[in-house]
Amino acid sequence: MHSNSALELILTGDPALLAIVRLSLTVSLSAVAVAAFIGIPLGAFVALNRFPGREAFIVLLNALMGLPPVVAGLAVYLLLSRSGPLGSLGLLFTPTAMIIAQTTLVTPIIAALARQTVEDLWDEYRDELIAMNVGPVRRVTTLIWDGRFSLVVTLLAGFGRAAAEVGAIIIVGGNINGYTRTMTTTIALETSKGDLSLAMGLGAVLIAIVIIVNALAWAVRRAGETMAG
Amino acid sequence: MRADASDLPIRFESVSVGIRGVTILDRITLSIEVGPPTVLIGPNGSGKTTLLRAAMGLVRPTQGHITWGGADESPPVRRAIVFQRPAMLRRSVSGNLSYALSMARIPRRAERINELLFMVGLHGLAKRPARRLSGGEQQRLALARVLARDPVVLLLDEPTASLDPASTKTIEDIISAIALSGIKVVIATHDLGEARRIGGEIVLLHHGRLIERASATEFLNAPKTDEAKAFLAGELLV
Repeated sequence: MHSNSALELILTGDPALLAIVRLSLTVSLSAVAVAAFIGIPLGAFVALNRFPGREAFIVLLNALMGLPPVVAGLAVYLLLSRSGPLGSLGLLFTPTAMIIAQTTLVTPIIAALARQTVEDLWDEYRDELIAMNVGPVRRVTTLIWDGRFSLVVTLLAGFGRAAAEVGAIIIVGGNINGYTRTMTTTIALETSKGDLSLAMGLGAVLIAIVIIVNALAWAVRRAGETMAG
Repeated sequence: MRADASDLPIRFESVSVGIRGVTILDRITLSIEVGPPTVLIGPNGSGKTTLLRAAMGLVRPTQGHITWGGADESPPVRRAIVFQRPAMLRRSVSGNLSYALSMARIPRRAERINELLFMVGLHGLAKRPARRLSGGEQQRLALARVLARDPVVLLLDEPTASLDPASTKTIEDIISAIALSGIKVVIATHDLGEARRIGGEIVLLHHGRLIERASATEFLNAPKTDEAKAFLAGELLV
């Protein structure tokens, strides 16, 4: 595989390359899904509630958007290592560990951006919803639903972070060939070995995936805005 | 008139509202009763909007108290408000009505939605995104949305501000129809012509104080206070 040109690897659908792409997408999309499940309700809760330390929590959440991947990877490594609190689960150097690491990185991004989206919408809707006697739970679901097109962009930001990240997953995944090797870790490895063909092929695929996902999300957003305003 | 007027009368007993040390309403005593429309007039900053918001329960008095049908606390189930700039939910026109019906626990009958759209002249626009309507159309949708809640009292905050004459007439016709249907209408305006056209009783506010209250005929033809005379003469109340 390594001696073939980048274009040939892509055009022939090289099985090793496809496996790497599949694992990369599985890890990153799973991480974004879990992060959305945690981050959107968390962001909405912070947006709609006043509690002691709220401002500090928002500053922390915003700061964590820039969490260095290697630090996230190190934290998850310590958590999952044999001597760590979750070491007995045996998750280190597995795709699950990679998903946990990427979820750690993506959750603050989704929560912080969702908080801003929901808070802006709440400023606009507050009087109407209170006047309509809308209860707290329904307020949250209304704001999330009406902010859905902006939240799609939030998810995209999370996916972009996860798909491009290498530091965290290489620490907790170990870059094991055929098991935890993703596009970004392979690019890093093959570049260091001097095999630029595979690295360039995977780089092209990675960029293409990011562009396709963004284009799809853009189309969904435009169609939704046309229909719902 | 409707038998179920549980939110009426809305009584203000020496109500003051202050925000960050500034007095917005100053010892207002007023009873909003079942009957023809009550028109709140006064220049900008006179306290009209705050009085409506307090009547809706959105603002708490800093002094005095408000009762709704004799009760100190009353959730906004049978009263509704249209804000000067109503927020349109990011849904279609019919989606906005469906939401309002749902929140009021009224079955989302398509016939009811059509009836409301017809009432405000928006039939044919049911599928259009609400935020893409013109200003006048959005005000009409806001009226339909509050009517979906089947209110006993309807509070309107300058619903025709910044609308052209044709849109203003459409809105005023709808308001008159609402008042005739037995819903108590309380409307804030600084447009004396609008106050004259809607009639009922007029309450003049200035600097957060209730200056004069009288029937529209009496107020417009024989004002008692200097402020009312000046306002009617078109002088600037400052």
